[in-house]
Amino acid sequence: MGSFLRSLSPSQQVGLLFVVVFGLLALATVAVLLLSLRERAHDSDATIQRRHDNLALLRTSWVMAVVFWVGWAAGERAAIVMFAVLSFLVLREFISLSPTRRGDHRALVLAFFVVLPLQYALVWTERFDLFTVFVPVYVFLAIPVVSALRNDPQRFLERAAKLQWGIMVCVYGLSHVPALLLLSFPRWNGESAFLVFFLVLVVQTCMLVQHLAARGRTRPVAPAISDSFHWASWGWGLLAGGLVGALLAGLTPFKPLPALAMALVACVAGTLGHLVMKAIKRDRGVTHWGGASRSVTGAAGLLDRLDALCFAAPVFFHSVRWTFNL
Amino acid sequence: MNLAARAMSLFLLGLVRLLTGAQARWHGCPPKAEQRIYFANHQSHADLVLIWAALPHELRAITRPIAARDYWTASPLKRWITTAVFNAVYVERERKGDEDPLAPLIAALESGDSLILFPEGTRGFEEDPQPFKSGLYNLARRFPEVVLVPTWIHNVQRVMPKGEVVPVPVLCSVTFGEPLRLGTDEDRAEFLTRARAAVIALREV
Repeated sequence: MGSFLRSLSPSQQVGLLFVVVFGLLALATVAVLLLSLRERAHDSDATIQRRHDNLALLRTSWVMAVVFWVGWAAGERAAIVMFAVLSFLVLREFISLSPTRRGDHRALVLAFFVVLPLQYALVWTERFDLFTVFVPVYVFLAIPVVSALRNDPQRFLERAAKLQWGIMVCVYGLSHVPALLLLSFPRWNGESAFLVFFLVLVVQTCMLVQHLAARGRTRPVAPAISDSFHWASWGWGLLAGGLVGALLAGLTPFKPLPALAMALVACVAGTLGHLVMKAIKRDRGVTHWGGASRSVTGAAGLLDRLDALCFAAPVFFHSVRWTFNL
Repeated sequence: MNLAARAMSLFLLGLVRLLTGAQARWHGCPPKAEQRIYFANHQSHADLVLIWAALPHELRAITRPIAARDYWTASPLKRWITTAVFNAVYVERERKGDEDPLAPLIAALESGDSLILFPEGTRGFEEDPQPFKSGLYNLARRFPEVVLVPTWIHNVQRVMPKGEVVPVPVLCSVTFGEPLRLGTDEDRAEFLTRARAAVIALREV
């Protein structure tokens, strides 16, 4: 399979990948639809809830696949803009659920209208050294300074921390996804879009398998935070993600074993990051990010779909750069 | 509506949706083209824009917000936006002479329009709204057939606090509750307390 894939041109490889992914998604959707036609009459609440979860997961996967297909079709620059917009929307969701005070207004303006565009501008201009330290070094200082100048000490550390977390996860983390597109590897003429694809597919597979393997298990690791996180199901998820990564090695600059390792790194970061974001949601007493009406309709916020990626992308990006000395 | 006003209205709608999501939650009544008074808590000048944006297109055309004359006519741009885009009814916040401050509202209701009203009269900065002024009661007495819809605006004060010029993106929602009826022998204070409680109750749904 590897040699066949290598014989195709890069864009044919991408095309093939998208055909396979959309084909799998279509099959899964048809299967779920048929199931929903069959079981109707006397379902327990648990079954209904499970079907609901499956549908939500499928929808997430569709959205992710379409987003990345559009990103690939429209080219790298368009992808950067698209991720900047996504960052804006998820940061909005994050801030909405993190109470700030009037004194934080200027800091929020700074975060949304200065930090966010600058971070993506750094990706655009490929200044990777500055891009890596801009948020953790400079913004880390700037945000609390702006808040402090507003003369409001009440719950100061808490407010500053919330803002910095929002920026770290929603802007810094997510901006590493389009940054992958711009990495250039010596002696490899494939498309960098593969790396993004690799990352997303591997993390999403891991989450999906983890979710499925958690079925019927009792005694989660941290029941107050997540009732679906078990070490065993986590292990199965990692195994699946790693295997998919190894299978996709032909599309990446990695050999199969390093591909497996890279996939594992991304999966560990993504799944654990997802768990951390769940803890934040529990702390705020919500099940989903997004507006109040979301919990009524059952649709999750954008951040619910992207949080694993926000944590996996920086770890993956730096592991790749470090390994290849880019 | 002329072309400039239409363009401005589209621009404002886009801006408000981008910044706040402008989510409408119809909790106690469906969006319906009957004559209504929406009465809401008031924490920011943007309240008016948010309710306007949260209403569906068909209702937006027949619903007129109440705007404080001194603030919204302070500059030609503000005046143009409130007249041409929002089709607002201006009221005086300070009583001048012996004219009835409710007169423009009564005229609007008589011509069949719906109104958006902030019965606190002025913006509050506390968690709970201030006591309601009696305008709502007087209008309810005079127009018993108009449906009174309590409305809770969530989060807007975070978008643009007093004294700031740049708005910040925060998800906001507008919750419309179950319509209220004025009892035949209900007195002023009793009704206003009930109306305020109905608005506050929407915070939790």
